[in-house]
Amino acid sequence: MRYLIIGNGVAAVSCAEAIRERDADGEITLLSEEMHPAYCRPLISYLLERKTDREKMLYRPADFYEKLRCRVEYGVRAVKIEPAAHTVTAGDGSVHPYDRLCVATGSSPFVPPIEGLAGVRARYGFLTLDDALALDEAALAGSRVLIVGAGLIGLKCAEGLHGRVKSITVCDLSDRVLSSILDIQDAKPVEEHLCAQGIELLLGDSAVSFSPGYAVMKSGIRVPFDLLVTAVGVRPNAALVREAGGECGRGITVDEAGRTSLPDVFAAGDCTESRDTSDGKQKVMALMPNACIQGRAAGIAMAGGEPVPSPLIPMNSLGLLGLHIMTAGSRPSAEEGGSEESVRTGSGLRRFFLRGNRLAGFVLIGDVTRAGIYTDLIRTGRELTEEEFAFLKKNPELRAFDVKTRRNRLGGVV
Amino acid sequence: MRGNKIMKKVYVDEAHCLGCHLCEYNCAFANSGLDDMVTALKDRAIFPYIRVEGDGKISYAVSCRHCDDPICVRSCIAGAMQKREDGTVRVDKSKCVGCLTCVLVCPYGAVVPGPDGLAGKCELCLANSCGSPACVRGCPNRAIVYEER
Repeated sequence: MRYLIIGNGVAAVSCAEAIRERDADGEITLLSEEMHPAYCRPLISYLLERKTDREKMLYRPADFYEKLRCRVEYGVRAVKIEPAAHTVTAGDGSVHPYDRLCVATGSSPFVPPIEGLAGVRARYGFLTLDDALALDEAALAGSRVLIVGAGLIGLKCAEGLHGRVKSITVCDLSDRVLSSILDIQDAKPVEEHLCAQGIELLLGDSAVSFSPGYAVMKSGIRVPFDLLVTAVGVRPNAALVREAGGECGRGITVDEAGRTSLPDVFAAGDCTESRDTSDGKQKVMALMPNACIQGRAAGIAMAGGEPVPSPLIPMNSLGLLGLHIMTAGSRPSAEEGGSEESVRTGSGLRRFFLRGNRLAGFVLIGDVTRAGIYTDLIRTGRELTEEEFAFLKKNPELRAFDVKTRRNRLGGVV
Repeated sequence: MRGNKIMKKVYVDEAHCLGCHLCEYNCAFANSGLDDMVTALKDRAIFPYIRVEGDGKISYAVSCRHCDDPICVRSCIAGAMQKREDGTVRVDKSKCVGCLTCVLVCPYGAVVPGPDGLAGKCELCLANSCGSPACVRGCPNRAIVYEER
């Protein structure tokens, strides 16, 4: 059996591992566009911050590919899937046959057209290791940095550069930071924290044009900068499957085993969209844990196994200069039977979003202790009695449940 | 790496747990890297990997279950959380960056940030100088056991 994996990130590596657990002899090939062994992209801000280095940030040990007996072809960009012929054509003209294919192509930055942007020489993205290495080299103590985009990527970039450069300004058209995961109420304490750390935020405002050395904002103000980082958003790399006739929404449509609508073609990770267990909607959930879970599921299925369905939900754990923020699940509207409750703890805020008597989502700011107990309630869709939830919202503890549940969960006699 | 390996784990008998919290102190000491219990614990915030929950009527302690398919390992962005051949789930602190995604996903609340901000968890005292679980050895009512189930 010839297994071909397009990609060499977390989903790709997890897929290769799962294949090898079931198929000792199959031939596994990974096509890696990047020239680096697998690393996890969210680590790049920690590289800037010097909390990790290039060796430590390797996702697997140096001898990983050799031990797994798989081949990586570096610098190879897949450009076309021919589902009937079961081949993948690369940019260098090489043709790669497969019996089972996994598309784990990740996502690419979306850069909006802004006047003068092409003329900015000190312009950086912040998605790949190469992006981070370039920024690492360019960032000097005297640099004034402008980051366009106050989402997860933009703010992690700001954290990574904090203390290394003269000034950091982050702008976003949205009226708040982290607009994809926080509402204006939750965003407030995060913004106050960032401002207190010396990061300047320009919200509800963004660059409309660039001239040498400065940006002109929508509001009319000029922001001088030495380095520009664009971190507006990312898009799933779904084109290969879309152009081959496979079903796609924003991302490649996959089922719980990572199957696409094309025969023998699977997909996993940031390039896909799948069902969010917390609200039943099909969506792109480009998050590292999901990439691993999906990659494994695809690998098991590709090797002829039946993966145990693992619920996928959006979830984020985000540290920003000492403030921890965690979010998971979704926020059902009132029409969908949604309600919400907030609890203040000594050092933080917890907001819970319920659908009927089930937890659908949460936001934790500051106090993130034992958040996994809440995440698990969303993933498993457990029904909660009023008493259980009244206890749980204050105490993330298994004590909320009856002794039988605790025994089942903790193993035997509790 | 995979497989529902039978391994010894720490289990707590709710009927015998007094809620005395000694296991938390023994755990914190065993994982402090220090030789002297007073230096390790007195007047310090402690960061145990086992935690007593309870209200006087019922009490029991929770620590890592070393899951067969550990979601903390799947979710670790740094490849720091690892399922070892012996079945234990361990965290390589040199690789951990303290993103706390493991805290976000552990269904037991068994991963805790330590004083260094990095993930900490029960490793059954196999990696520290204790050699076998300190919580078990120190439990005055033998409510905590270390066995295969």
